Amino acid sequence: MTINDKKGRHETVVPAIELVNISKAFGAVQANKDISIRVMPGTIHGIIGENGAGKSTLMSILYGYYKADKGEIFIKGSQTSIPDSQAAISAGIGMVFQHFKLVQNFTVLENIILGVEDGAMLRPSLAKARKSLTELAKEYELNVDPDANIEDLSVGHQQRVEILKALYRQANILILDEPTGVLTPAEANQLFRILHRLRDEGKTILLITHKLREIMNITETVSVMRRGEIVATVPTSQTSPEALAELMVGRKVLLRVDKKPAKPGAKILDVKNLRVVDEVGIERLKGVDFHVRSGEVLGIAGVAGNGQSELLAVLGGYQKATGTVKINEKPIEVGSASQGQSRRANGLSHVPEDRQQEGLIMEFTAWENSVFGYHHDAGIQNGIFMNNAAIRNEAQAKIERFDIRPPDPRLKARNFSGGNQQKIVLAREIERDPEILLVGQPTRGVDIGAIEFIHRQIMTLRDKGKAVLLVSVELDEVLSLSDRIAVMFDGNIMGERLASETDEKELGLLMAGVKTGTN
Amino acid sequence: MDILNDLITVLNSTLRLSTPLLLACLAGLFSERAGIFDIGLEGKMLCAAFFSGAVAAITGSVWIGLAAGIASSLALSALHGIASITFRGNQLISGVAINFFAAGMTVLVAQSWFKQGGRTPSLTGNGRFNAVELPLAESLKDIPFLGHIYNGLISGHTILVYIALLVVPVTWWILYRTRFGLRLRAVGEAPEAVDTAGISVIHLRFAAVGICGVLCGIAGAYLATGLQAGFVKDMTAGRGYIALAALIFAKWRPWYALMSCLLFGFLQAIALRPDLIEAYLSFKVQVQLLDVLPYILTVIILAGFVGKATPPRAGGEPYVKEQ
Repeated sequence: MTINDKKGRHETVVPAIELVNISKAFGAVQANKDISIRVMPGTIHGIIGENGAGKSTLMSILYGYYKADKGEIFIKGSQTSIPDSQAAISAGIGMVFQHFKLVQNFTVLENIILGVEDGAMLRPSLAKARKSLTELAKEYELNVDPDANIEDLSVGHQQRVEILKALYRQANILILDEPTGVLTPAEANQLFRILHRLRDEGKTILLITHKLREIMNITETVSVMRRGEIVATVPTSQTSPEALAELMVGRKVLLRVDKKPAKPGAKILDVKNLRVVDEVGIERLKGVDFHVRSGEVLGIAGVAGNGQSELLAVLGGYQKATGTVKINEKPIEVGSASQGQSRRANGLSHVPEDRQQEGLIMEFTAWENSVFGYHHDAGIQNGIFMNNAAIRNEAQAKIERFDIRPPDPRLKARNFSGGNQQKIVLAREIERDPEILLVGQPTRGVDIGAIEFIHRQIMTLRDKGKAVLLVSVELDEVLSLSDRIAVMFDGNIMGERLASETDEKELGLLMAGVKTGTN
Repeated sequence: MDILNDLITVLNSTLRLSTPLLLACLAGLFSERAGIFDIGLEGKMLCAAFFSGAVAAITGSVWIGLAAGIASSLALSALHGIASITFRGNQLISGVAINFFAAGMTVLVAQSWFKQGGRTPSLTGNGRFNAVELPLAESLKDIPFLGHIYNGLISGHTILVYIALLVVPVTWWILYRTRFGLRLRAVGEAPEAVDTAGISVIHLRFAAVGICGVLCGIAGAYLATGLQAGFVKDMTAGRGYIALAALIFAKWRPWYALMSCLLFGFLQAIALRPDLIEAYLSFKVQVQLLDVLPYILTVIILAGFVGKATPPRAGGEPYVKEQ
């Protein structure tokens, strides 16, 4: 019935959760197909899979967000139906969503009691919650100020509030969906300590992630999902990242980027004292200096929201700033916010962070999307008319070169998967042969197979002697692609390191705003 | 003494004119705090004004009139709720539709029932809310200052004025001291948090829209049976929109709502007494200019000249579970 456990070790122990043949379809898409898993109590069980493999759907079924089409759920051995979140909570299941479900302008206490108040009046509930929060904080080392407003807390602390919420509701089973996506490495390590502690106290933890390293570091058992199915459940100690990656993708994957030594040349992009004040008066960039040479990749690391987006927006020409930016020694205009066209004329291409908002028009076809920003170029425009036949042919060629699937330029951007959407943007920007390529979050929401391809494209561009500015919140990605790494924190560059001479720990400290050494 | 008397007169009408604004503003507060924008305050008030006036005229009882007014406003609230909560329609469009519907329907039905050119018959006696003399008002009136204020300003309003003032602390208490209030505020800020906590977003929002209907009903009934003696065409005269502006000015908080509605009421009150302005400021101000003051203030507020007001984060957005 289950794939788990060859030796029958656990047979005397009742699984905390047992899913039997769970299936769920959305229209024609089979999101979950005959899924059976056993999660043993007091363990950390990882579920790994690519985007769209069906992990989130499965967890939503477990938390009562969706109803399975068929299949059974057993909690501690007894069959349980979970029609809504309330039922999940009463079954002792707590969920920490990837996007926190907190009321931003409520205090920690108010968030914790929401939905489990002890009566019509608030005061007694708040007093009770305050008391048990102190106890929980002591028991699990989960310290947060109960009277702080959520919006004033760091992301890591907000996540603790989510965990506390679950514990306050007496959860014995904790599901965490991509919990480290928004954390600094230090915060992530703290989270893992908390999870270990929770496990040692007898809680069962289901960790959903696409990060192989997390799975290897903290889980005891791992289930791999691919296209809606569980393809394997194995003890973590008996597997390797390479083996898991292969299971996730269904073929061999190169996890390391094949990187030749860089041959940096002249300064292509030179940025000095760049400052941005946003529309509500907050300074987002506080005087940033850096340069990128030809033939090298400068990686910008940092936790999301520390000014990287603003930096890309300024360089891409759609955000006002002060300071100087030079491309090939030639100063370019940064004081106005509609310079995209002139940036491209200066040899700059941009793969924006948010491909669905900034990179593509989702309702337009792939071939239409393939020329945005370059629609004035010779051969594309014909007087006031677009040369549609030429654009379509060109798009078809790009689709073949970039292995975009399905290979049909007439499909709307919306109908491609995340990785293929990204390839459409990448093909458009790279094939213009830019002097400098800005690329933001190149592999966010992209599956492993496509990541490999995208990384290779970026390295090829570098090796052709072009400059690349890479902004990513994935530290692994920055480390493996970059030649130099600058870390942003709170609108400043905290420090710059050579990729070959630094490590995750040092960068993690810089990402948290801690100055280390000198360079 | 003269100044005091004039001041009391103006403040007295400030109170009376603020009452419908305050009730509508608090109505809007409940709805918007739960994440449902309600531009249809105007229409609901108008509809309630008509039905309370009409039913009070027919039955001779203002209380039955009030009940009819509340019921009609609630019916429109239900419509808004079904359109914007159940069917996740656009809340502004639903509100505008309610306003148009009320503007046309009231006059049409009034003409068909009473044949008085779209009005309801004048209310007399028990057909309208009469002034309530607070205890000892008469005997204390000769005490200088305090007695004066008590008799001339505080006493002598209709019961609905006092109810409106009472709704302010009650609203505050509900919002900040009860479980219902916590959930109501939460559903306007982060419905997904409410949903994952296992509470029904739909029920909460309908409850809020229902309270909004009741308060709008009282506001409309006050117009036709307290402030005036019967319904006339378009008698709300934009009060629903002014109440919305006051709500923004009040940053969606009950005590601030009281203050901002009193300010609007005061502007309406001095518009009634151009003679006083002339007497004290010793220059003549055009009546039309005075009349337009509340609307000018509305525009200024809506243009954001009075500081940043952060509306409930989920306001105006139908709640759809994310994939």
